[in-house]
Amino acid sequence: MDALKKCLEVEHISKTFYNNKGYFTAIDDVSFDVHEGEFLVLLGPGHCGKTVLLNILAGLEEKSGGRVLYKGQEINGVNEEMSMVFQLLSLMPFKTVMENVELPLKFRGMDKKQRREVAQHYIDLVGLTGFENAYPHQLSGGMKQRVGIARAYSVHPEILIMDEPFGQLDAQTRYLMQQEILRIWQEEKRTVIFVTNNIEEACYLGDRIILLSSCPATVKEIFDMSALAKPRDIVSREFLEIRSKISDQTDLSM
Amino acid sequence: MSVKQQELEKSWQQYKTQQRKKNLYYAFLTVLSVVVFLAIWEAVVRFQLVNVRHLPAPTVIFQTFIEKLHSTVPDGNTLGQNVIASLQVSLTGFFFAVLIGVPLGLLMGWFEPFDSFVRPLFELLRPVPPIAWIPVVVVFLGIGLKAKATIIFLTVFVSCVINSYAGIKLTSRTHINLMKTFGAGTWETFFKVGVPSAMPMVFTGLRVSIGSAWSTLVAAEMLAAKAGLGYMLQVGRGVGDARIVVLAMVTIAALGATLSALLNTLEAHTLKWKEMR
Ligand SMILES: Nc1ncnc2c1ncn2[C@@H]1O[C@H](COP(=O)(O)OP(=O)(O)OP(=O)(O)O)[C@@H](O)[C@H]1O
Ligand SMILES: [Mg+2]
Repeated sequence: MDALKKCLEVEHISKTFYNNKGYFTAIDDVSFDVHEGEFLVLLGPGHCGKTVLLNILAGLEEKSGGRVLYKGQEINGVNEEMSMVFQLLSLMPFKTVMENVELPLKFRGMDKKQRREVAQHYIDLVGLTGFENAYPHQLSGGMKQRVGIARAYSVHPEILIMDEPFGQLDAQTRYLMQQEILRIWQEEKRTVIFVTNNIEEACYLGDRIILLSSCPATVKEIFDMSALAKPRDIVSREFLEIRSKISDQTDLSM
Repeated sequence: MSVKQQELEKSWQQYKTQQRKKNLYYAFLTVLSVVVFLAIWEAVVRFQLVNVRHLPAPTVIFQTFIEKLHSTVPDGNTLGQNVIASLQVSLTGFFFAVLIGVPLGLLMGWFEPFDSFVRPLFELLRPVPPIAWIPVVVVFLGIGLKAKATIIFLTVFVSCVINSYAGIKLTSRTHINLMKTFGAGTWETFFKVGVPSAMPMVFTGLRVSIGSAWSTLVAAEMLAAKAGLGYMLQVGRGVGDARIVVLAMVTIAALGATLSALLNTLEAHTLKWKEMR
């Protein structure tokens, strides 16, 4: 396996917000590579600039400095090969589950019949068969995130960006969803950039973990976890060792 | 079917029966409320607690209603003609106000330069009470359909713009970002996300303005008209016939309630995605 093929190169990204009262630096010189097919976790404390960084990668936010290269080409603006699972509820409340999943396919110009088929495949994949015609308010938090995941996968992106997708869920559901996301990842191999502020979640999912400092966000350390086979046993000795190594590096503010 | 499923099926039937009973009960209460009101009214008049010349009894009003269906005394129109005149004016004004006001408010809320351009004019128009337009409108358009429809238009227009504007401002940032990741342009996002997100507020605006359209209409007809419920009320007052006055009021109330109910039905249909209790 050619694990070190670079899919995305993030070079010296920084971001400062300005307003009339002054300015505020959220990201300071962040660089890292994303390898093809890996499950990369960005781990950082709350409000350290994770969402801003992802928005920059996805082309939703202007950067103040640095560049992003996709397969060697510099990109500015939205990249069709990336797709995003948002931190906050992002389902359109006025569309059914099916319509929500179909929406991005419509913009890719897919015809109605094919759209339906693809959407159905991913709704089945995330385990929501039978809820196609439900509206978001009829679903639980975990189910809503499943729809978001189905929607992000449906366009066959090269890279999936997930911004704390399980942040709003209770511990039990969260653990279940972590197992689900591994299952889906193994079934539909894609490069995943997964953001979280939860060490356990990071260690359970990540092939590599990029640890970010608190505001302004900088890269503190990169941990290679690829030696640990998945699914991981969260009470095994190796797991706990790595986990404590990471938490030693982590700000108490987390 | 398993035993457990059969049981669930049974309690579901029970639930439905219960719901039906409950709804019937509520409908009964609604009817009761109206009946009690009419009965008290009738009694008050019968026992001469008020002067019959000032307040006729409901039974008398009903008689007047039947007569007025073909009689043109005292205002020169049958009740039906008055109703049609009033509905024509209010619905014409309402229709054009919605047709222009809602898109205008939505566009102002979406495109900031457009907002800055239109806002000063709108802010000047906004504080003028619709009734205050009557003299100007009468000079330019007379007292016909066009004149009164214009007054209604002005009433409804303002609240359509304000509510559509506020509604589209509520569009979730995440949804806008999401549309960008799909590669959607700003117009596509406007139609696919902005407009549906604004709909609940737009309907709130319509509900408020259909009420004010109706009351402004009556006021306009009392000042300048040759037909309509407001005109009928005004003439009734002029000749001192309380029956005509009260009949006009009752008709205004009933039609106003009907228009609101129609709007509610339309709203429930359009916003069926909304959380319902
Ligand atoms: N548009 C903006 N204008 C000004 N400041 C902003 C803007 N967006 C984000 N920030 C600031 O940047 C910082 C980082 O925000 P961000 O949303 O990226 O945090 P986060 O790491 O995603 O936090 P969380 O874990 O709570 O999601 C915050 O202090 C926030 O106030
Ligand atoms: Mg965030």
